[in-house]
Amino acid sequence: MKSFFNKQHQKLIADPMGDQNPITIQVLGICSALAITTQLENALVMTLAVIFVMTSASSIISILRNNIPNRIRIIVQLLVVASLVALVDQILKAFLPDASEQLSVFIGLIITNCIIMGRLEAFAMGNKLWDSFLDALGNAFGYGWILVAVAFVRELFGSGKLMGYEVPGFNYLYELGYMNNNLMILPPMALIVVGLIIWMQRARNNDLIEEN
Amino acid sequence: MNKESNTYTFTFAVIMVLVIGTVLAFTSEVLQPRKKQNAADKKMIDILSAIGVDATRTQAKEKYAKYISSETIISNKGEIIDGSAFNIDVLFQYRDKTLSPNDFKYPFYTAEKDNQTYFIVPMAGTGLWGPVWGFVALEKDYNTVYGAVFDHKAETPGLGAEINTDIFELPFKGKKIKNYLGEFVSIEVKKGGAEEGNMHQVDGITGGTITSDGVSDMLFNTLKVYDNYFSAINIVNDTTAQLINTNNINMQ
Repeated sequence: MKSFFNKQHQKLIADPMGDQNPITIQVLGICSALAITTQLENALVMTLAVIFVMTSASSIISILRNNIPNRIRIIVQLLVVASLVALVDQILKAFLPDASEQLSVFIGLIITNCIIMGRLEAFAMGNKLWDSFLDALGNAFGYGWILVAVAFVRELFGSGKLMGYEVPGFNYLYELGYMNNNLMILPPMALIVVGLIIWMQRARNNDLIEEN
Repeated sequence: MNKESNTYTFTFAVIMVLVIGTVLAFTSEVLQPRKKQNAADKKMIDILSAIGVDATRTQAKEKYAKYISSETIISNKGEIIDGSAFNIDVLFQYRDKTLSPNDFKYPFYTAEKDNQTYFIVPMAGTGLWGPVWGFVALEKDYNTVYGAVFDHKAETPGLGAEINTDIFELPFKGKKIKNYLGEFVSIEVKKGGAEEGNMHQVDGITGGTITSDGVSDMLFNTLKVYDNYFSAINIVNDTTAQLINTNNINMQ
């Protein structure tokens, strides 16, 4: 009997945070990483939503995996993800209306987040409940920390704020002639920030660099 | 049991859909009151922002009660109709294909701010990808625009979607909906930019022409109805004022 949280389980969580990161290494889920990272708050709400959808979807699919008819398995996965997303959307509309308005279509677009379907098809369809849950959690965190990191940089340098609050000390910088960089707010800058993270990650770990 | 048979596949699909449908319908039903409240708060915030009052969701109710003194509904012929103006969803009405525009109800809100009276008119129209809507506040002369807010469901970000930004909304302030003869002309969202000094035009959005035109049409169609009503009141007021003046002269 394997222990409840052994080395292999640790790997399931740790790998997607680092050297198997869904965004920077597998380059999945880029679309939402570009779209909603202008503000830290949006990135956090999005991360929470994705964590909820991914862990629930992976758990449900893992429980059902031996009963899902092979021919409609993708449809079943999609149905589970779509209804979880609809659930999140309803809850946000009821309890966090402002965030829901800001994220608008992107909550609905969690359905199309490649990471979720990818983990369901590649992992949850063939693994036990606990393993699938951890794998989903790891990947959702791996997605989330990149989102938060990008949003941190973009909000700080683009609007001079964090979580919507003015950063103390910035008013001195403004007096010295510092200006917020509007380019940070635009989508291309998200791509560049993600690119910088990819660069840092590969500079640190040479194994990640593809041989040519 | 053969898990690859058609019967199994169909049964699995049906059960799956039934379970998920029930769960979603249940959640939606349970959360309905909260969502309604949120939508009402949002509407109050929008109405208030047309007269330049900023409110958060928590302050919405209190500030709405403070600034909005009355709510009125008129028909398209300018007759006053009984009912709750706040509960009329002009967008829903606009999109209701079974309803003829002659049967629309036209609500407006009277606001008092800094001892001035304003009339806030809600409106709905068609953009490029979906509906657009807004609130326009008129001054006491029923002619000068005091403020305007617009929003949209699905206009193109960076192009048509800009109608809900200050850049688009602020120029409306001070524009007139009637010409110097007192005839209704509305305000046009002009492609290529408003003419210098023209009181009836604001700058259109480059790359957002269809949305801009949609806003123009919405302004024209809605304000026309209110102008009929307001002009009728104005004539009564003017005549009263003239009568008083003549009396004064006579007495002298």
